[in-house]
Amino acid sequence: MKYMLMIYQGDPRGAVSDATIAAYMKRIETYNDQMKKDGHFVMTGGLGFPDSATCVTKRSGKLAITDGPFTETREYLGGFYIIDARDLDQALKIADGLPMTEFATVEVRPINQLVT
Amino acid sequence: MSERGRWTGIDAVYRAESRRVLATLIRLLGSFDLAEEALHDAFMAAAEQWPRDGVPANPRAWLVSAGRFKAIDRLRRRARFDAAETDIAMLIETAAEPPEDPATIADDQLRLIFTCCHPALAPDAQVALTLREVCGLTTEEIARAFLTGTPTVAQRIVRAKAKIRDARIPYAVPEKDALPTRLEAALRVVYLVFNEGYAASAGDRMIRTDLSAEAIRLGRLLVELLPDAEALGLLALMLLQDSRRDARLSPDGDIVLLADQDRSRWDRGEIEEGATLAARAMRAQEIGAYALQAAIAAAHATAASDGATDWQRIVVLYDLLLRADPSPVVALNRAVAVAMRDGPAAGLAAIDALAADGALADFHLAHGARADLLRRLGRTSEARAAYQRAAALAKQEAERRFYARRLSEIAS
Repeated sequence: MKYMLMIYQGDPRGAVSDATIAAYMKRIETYNDQMKKDGHFVMTGGLGFPDSATCVTKRSGKLAITDGPFTETREYLGGFYIIDARDLDQALKIADGLPMTEFATVEVRPINQLVT
Repeated sequence: MSERGRWTGIDAVYRAESRRVLATLIRLLGSFDLAEEALHDAFMAAAEQWPRDGVPANPRAWLVSAGRFKAIDRLRRRARFDAAETDIAMLIETAAEPPEDPATIADDQLRLIFTCCHPALAPDAQVALTLREVCGLTTEEIARAFLTGTPTVAQRIVRAKAKIRDARIPYAVPEKDALPTRLEAALRVVYLVFNEGYAASAGDRMIRTDLSAEAIRLGRLLVELLPDAEALGLLALMLLQDSRRDARLSPDGDIVLLADQDRSRWDRGEIEEGATLAARAMRAQEIGAYALQAAIAAAHATAASDGATDWQRIVVLYDLLLRADPSPVVALNRAVAVAMRDGPAAGLAAIDALAADGALADFHLAHGARADLLRRLGRTSEARAAYQRAAALAKQEAERRFYARRLSEIAS
């Protein structure tokens, strides 16, 4: 079964030093390798900051392009994983090992359909 | 056999076996809903066949097997409309016959408890699902016990089952490294059920014995299946609290304080069992919060009179409990025990030290305890103000009446 792990985090800019971020990146890479070795890893991605976002909607055939997300929340979706796990307990255990849990909230959700 | 006698026989088997049969069927069929239908079908078949052919040697195995066949039947019938159901029916059919191994069957009940108490479910849903699936209470009974509507409870259960299915919450006893946290979650659900039965969180129905009895039954089941020290401690704690059930309210429904209770009305059987279990829990390598609370309850329960209470021991146990569970409420209880050991002035100093950080500002028992110590010190006007504050914060009718009574006693 595939699960998506969504990493909700606060804005690190100005709050966290580059050295701290680099140290986290190193731990994350090590954990990614471990997930690959264990056969759980499908893919991962880090997203640009919310201020780089553009929204597209179409209502009654009329296209609207607007700047940024609609809500001003402190925590935003910073990145994601797609993993392969036997059940929720295994998915939670994998999420538990992510270094990001120390500063972010990781939402674990089943994927009903995955088309690649 | 008479019509009535026939149904009494099935009823007795239903009460004794239905939850275990359900727990095994959920594992075999991989679905709560399918298992519930199968359980119903199995008992219908038993009601028809047993009076005619006699009760089978192993009713539980018979019911599991009948339920499984009925479920395959149902899926086959549905498969005429939906091809996907054919696959499921085949899958269940080709799976191994229900194992007769008693350990696996016992584990099914643990699987059911751990699934119903999974932290991925909302706390309300954990409680409702546990009472429904593990205890076999009806949705109406659960709604009545929690003073909510039946549709609300039904919806909680439906949502929880949907999440179990969609997020694939496993039907399994947690792995060793996850077990302590998961057991803690299950114990919390059991204690919540007990407390809801022991003291309602709102309204004037102080005692709802049935819920407490269910919680004690759940506690026993957990101890039997998984003899962990904290499970022992929780069972001991519930038994010791329950032993005072009849003595803690007057015939008019007024609160009677521990010191004023008629100790001859305490349930000796529950005290003896609870104290023995508490002692066992305290001998464990790691002593947890439930074991310590049980040991404190045992110290009260085994004292011949209020005057004979070993307050020194109780203060020491509270010191340990504060380390295991550093909450303001525990600190308040410790302060009250200090007052009993060293006098009201010492107790008041301890409570005021706690009040300084503000965590207990809206907690009626803190003001009630403070009022009581002020009264004993003869500081009447301060005591009156504190009782008034306590009464204003209390949520239950019986508690408000208690503070009103104290206020009128001071006035006279």
